[in-house]
Amino acid sequence: MSIFLDRDTKVIVQGITGRMARFHTKDMLDYGTNLVGGVVPGKAGERVEGVPVFDTVKDAVAKTGAEASLVFVPPPFAADSIMEAADGGIRFCVCITDGIPAQDMIRVKRYMMRYPKDRRMVLTGPNCAGTISPGKALLGIMPGHIYLPGNVGIIGRSGTLGYEAAAQLKERGIGVSTSVGIGGDPINGSSFKDILERFEQDDDTHVIAMIGEIGGPQEAEAAEFIRNRITKPVVAYVAGLTAPKGRTMGHAGAIISAFGESASEKVEILSAAGVTVAENPAVIGETIATVMGQAA
Amino acid sequence: MDIHEYQAKEILSNFGVDIPGGALAYSPEQAAYRARELGGDRWIVKAQVHAGGRGKAGGVKLCSSESEIQEACEGMFGKKLVTHQTGPEGKGIYRVYVEAAVPIDREIYLGFVLDRTSQRVMIVASREGGMEIEEISAEKPDSIVRSTVEPAVGLQDFQCREIAFKLGLEPALTAQMVRTLKGCYRAFTEHDATMVEINPLVVTGDSRILALDAKMTFDDNALFRHPQISELRDKSQEDPRESRAADRGLSYVGLEGNIGCIVNGAGLAMATMDTIKLAGGEPANFLDIGGGATPERVAKAFRLVMSDSNVQAILVNIFAGINRCDWVAEGVVQALKEVQVDVPVIVRLAGTNVKEGQKILAGSGLPIIRANTLMEAAERAVGAWRNDLDQATRVRAVT
Repeated sequence: MSIFLDRDTKVIVQGITGRMARFHTKDMLDYGTNLVGGVVPGKAGERVEGVPVFDTVKDAVAKTGAEASLVFVPPPFAADSIMEAADGGIRFCVCITDGIPAQDMIRVKRYMMRYPKDRRMVLTGPNCAGTISPGKALLGIMPGHIYLPGNVGIIGRSGTLGYEAAAQLKERGIGVSTSVGIGGDPINGSSFKDILERFEQDDDTHVIAMIGEIGGPQEAEAAEFIRNRITKPVVAYVAGLTAPKGRTMGHAGAIISAFGESASEKVEILSAAGVTVAENPAVIGETIATVMGQAA
Repeated sequence: MDIHEYQAKEILSNFGVDIPGGALAYSPEQAAYRARELGGDRWIVKAQVHAGGRGKAGGVKLCSSESEIQEACEGMFGKKLVTHQTGPEGKGIYRVYVEAAVPIDREIYLGFVLDRTSQRVMIVASREGGMEIEEISAEKPDSIVRSTVEPAVGLQDFQCREIAFKLGLEPALTAQMVRTLKGCYRAFTEHDATMVEINPLVVTGDSRILALDAKMTFDDNALFRHPQISELRDKSQEDPRESRAADRGLSYVGLEGNIGCIVNGAGLAMATMDTIKLAGGEPANFLDIGGGATPERVAKAFRLVMSDSNVQAILVNIFAGINRCDWVAEGVVQALKEVQVDVPVIVRLAGTNVKEGQKILAGSGLPIIRANTLMEAAERAVGAWRNDLDQATRVRAVT
């Protein structure tokens, strides 16, 4: 098992005819993702890398049975595309787009609430690298070869820092069950807590790694949740110890604006909840290896 | 993006929020003339800078004659105002706002923010206006009233009334307060703000509710659909290096240290800064060149980092995923041939084709200091900065 994605999960790409989307469509197909189509309004009938393009998500779902989608649509139109996926029957949606207005995301989150929980789409991102279940499927823009299949579940706000962690694991021969990017925006589809819950249920995940950063309440909320509900060992790293208060550090959501949002406060809160914290990014892999050794 | 107080007041007043009479001035003479136009016998002269804490820093003066206004202005124009929010370099004063003084009965704090927990717009109010919200939450947390807005239907009257009653406003002021709150909410949502703060919102002696100060911050990601807000940008209030970076599509934050950083990805950039600190150094900047790390972007990044005269070493940390290390290495070599870099350069590449990338760096003839791990890179950068390394390893200007 893995979470969200499997060898058989049928995937579509919204905005598939864009330059970057074409590139990553090929990459995902090469990895083995069961990519069955794309959606671009007005371009039905075209093909990209051999897969058919549809006008609407509903058409694509009806014709292909797609369950997951990757949103590669420019920021002004991305929120609309996510809502189309939610309404079109998609169960798992990854939004890569960076730069979506925050109020558009407020509307997206509100819109998704109209579906009862058992039919509600899971959204990860925006502004994330995607999700990969190594050896099975890749839904995103990450380099697939840096992940070995295995038993560590990764949740991260940052793309390249997540790669760094995966590469450190691979160096030690440690593999990953699923790696989920939740993105760097202030208002995102899924929080650490949402994904922790999934990993707790997943038999193939033995250890969970959280890669957080400054800004927002989600690491602290996760700490509370871990204390009460998570039985598996959790390792965390929080980036931004040297980040000044009140400045946005690249990611729209990486800004310290309230108490508990700095890296040192988050480290303290997570440690108090029993999480093993890697004190610097160079030892993320080593810390996970140690915790796995103890768990075994 | 931040705007000035007078601009925020103009926007809010267009949405039905009452403000005292006021006018903008670009010189002491103009300020005095504006005061005469406004009438009355007492005026407040306020330095227009993008920072809070102006009052304590001497950027807000009460004046009761034209000569006092001129004098107050002469102490402001062309000077840098240093407040607890500006950093030691301060922010330049190039315009002042002259406002008719009003008799104040009580002061209220009012803020609208994007609340990341509820993922909605939240109203934060307190009867302890005039103090900063951080002070209020530390000293009078019980005075804070919060209310979140359901995005599908917007702010409702009853929510505004609840806030008014919790603040202890007289019933006769309720209707005015409802209008003020709804006006702020509409200004917030219609212009894609991320923050509206009125501190203080005052009740005057003659029972009017007025915004005495106003601050608005806008969502940079939404500026594409608000050209009229983009026009309010004032580059004189920005760090010139950060403006230049933003105009070139790079994300840069200037800091106090000596080790310049060039990294792809925001999280990895922060992690690189943290590692430099752990190795005993101080980062000079945050710089995310984006996922691609094309040669053009790497060259732009070197130029930008070198424009900071405090930089004494540069650490390049690139995780090449989709783009291979050999391609990134060629970009680094090309950039170093184009840009004059006379400080040690430490390069750490990770990801696809690392060995090929290292080979290109080694074979370039450039004295690039290579590192395999993040920690090693940080230690070498700190070492180079401390001049522990041989001068011969320094990169010489090629052009």
